[in-house]
Amino acid sequence: MEHYLSLLLKAIFVENMALAFFLGMCTFLAISKKIEAAVGLGIAVVVVLTVTVPVNNLLYNGILREGALSWAGLPNVDLSFLGLLTYIGVIAAIVQIMEMVLDKYIPALYSALGVFLPLITVNCAIMGASLFMVERDYTFGESVVYGFGAGIGWALAIIALAGIREKLKYSDVPDGLRGLGITFITVGLMSLGFMSFSGISL
Amino acid sequence: MAGSTAKQVLFEPIFSNNPIALQILGICSALAVTTSMSVSIVMCIAVIAVTAFSNLAVSLVRTQIPGSIRIIVQMTIIASLVIVVDQVLKAYAYEISKQLSVFVGLIITNCIVMGRAEGFAMTNPPLLSFLDGIGNGLGYSVMLLFVAFFRELLGAGSLFGVTLLPVVNEGGWYVPNGLLLLPPSAFFIIGLAIWALRAWKPEQVEEPDYKMSRHTAKEAF
Repeated sequence: MEHYLSLLLKAIFVENMALAFFLGMCTFLAISKKIEAAVGLGIAVVVVLTVTVPVNNLLYNGILREGALSWAGLPNVDLSFLGLLTYIGVIAAIVQIMEMVLDKYIPALYSALGVFLPLITVNCAIMGASLFMVERDYTFGESVVYGFGAGIGWALAIIALAGIREKLKYSDVPDGLRGLGITFITVGLMSLGFMSFSGISL
Repeated sequence: MAGSTAKQVLFEPIFSNNPIALQILGICSALAVTTSMSVSIVMCIAVIAVTAFSNLAVSLVRTQIPGSIRIIVQMTIIASLVIVVDQVLKAYAYEISKQLSVFVGLIITNCIVMGRAEGFAMTNPPLLSFLDGIGNGLGYSVMLLFVAFFRELLGAGSLFGVTLLPVVNEGGWYVPNGLLLLPPSAFFIIGLAIWALRAWKPEQVEEPDYKMSRHTAKEAF
């Protein structure tokens, strides 16, 4: 249990997807002008990450990894080079399925998430979490916790940035720095703040 | 951009329409690899290759793809190209591919590749799309190498692993700035680079979201 808690905290704060690994930066910068939008996108990312990382974990351990196909009588087959294609396919498919399920059963949440769901397919944070999961050899339980934690961390970062940017638009920024430039510098400062979490472990 | 010439298509993305500084594309996976020049160069070559060939391939089949599944088709093309790049790197540059770790795989979700495939290659002939891919890859590389140059030079006192500023620990005079090896510095450098670029080309400056109204009350003067 303690192990999972420590993994969760590590995924949220120490190894924050957005601020420590620069993942999901495009959407991070593009959709952080308004807090409501940031919250919607943040929730969508948490949900998608919590589902896709464990599914990819099952696929990797059950089919792709070297020797995983021994139950089918093929002990020497190593399909791990197909990993990238599989993960992105799984992510695209799950996002699509989720969109349809939400539309049918939870229309309120569906309309709240709106355009953000399809955008998530090309969000590097989603793909990145699956790749990190494979690289670090997480078990199924760990991958559930990691996916959830990574999502929460990313959501926290984008909501915080949106809050800052909403205030920032009233400030008098030098011409060339206005917009994208000052946003980068703000994110840099936030990243410095998050670095103070490094070294924390339970 | 239907009437644009090959030269425009190739060189415009480098400064005038830089994918990172202006289109907010492709920042995602790249910044973590900019702590040293040699790693960044490999990353740049990989991205240029993937962008150029995915543009070429998408453009070749653009009339055959049904509109509703085009994203999946593009994804599959891009993912296959990235797998090729990944395998080549593992075969010929194993050390560097270890350092790049998951970031080679993340080229798939690099918005530059997808954005150019969707935005340019779907409506333009193959050769022009190929050049556009190279141009945007170069624009991305310029930014990446610029960041890597400062981070490696000031953070570790070397370029391409060759020591230029002898650091104090090894008996030299340069006290390295450790911050530049940490993630936040990349954001600062890009922010400042965007400032510099926009000071040079003022037409890229963004409109302010909010304008302060003039003082109307007398006491304020």
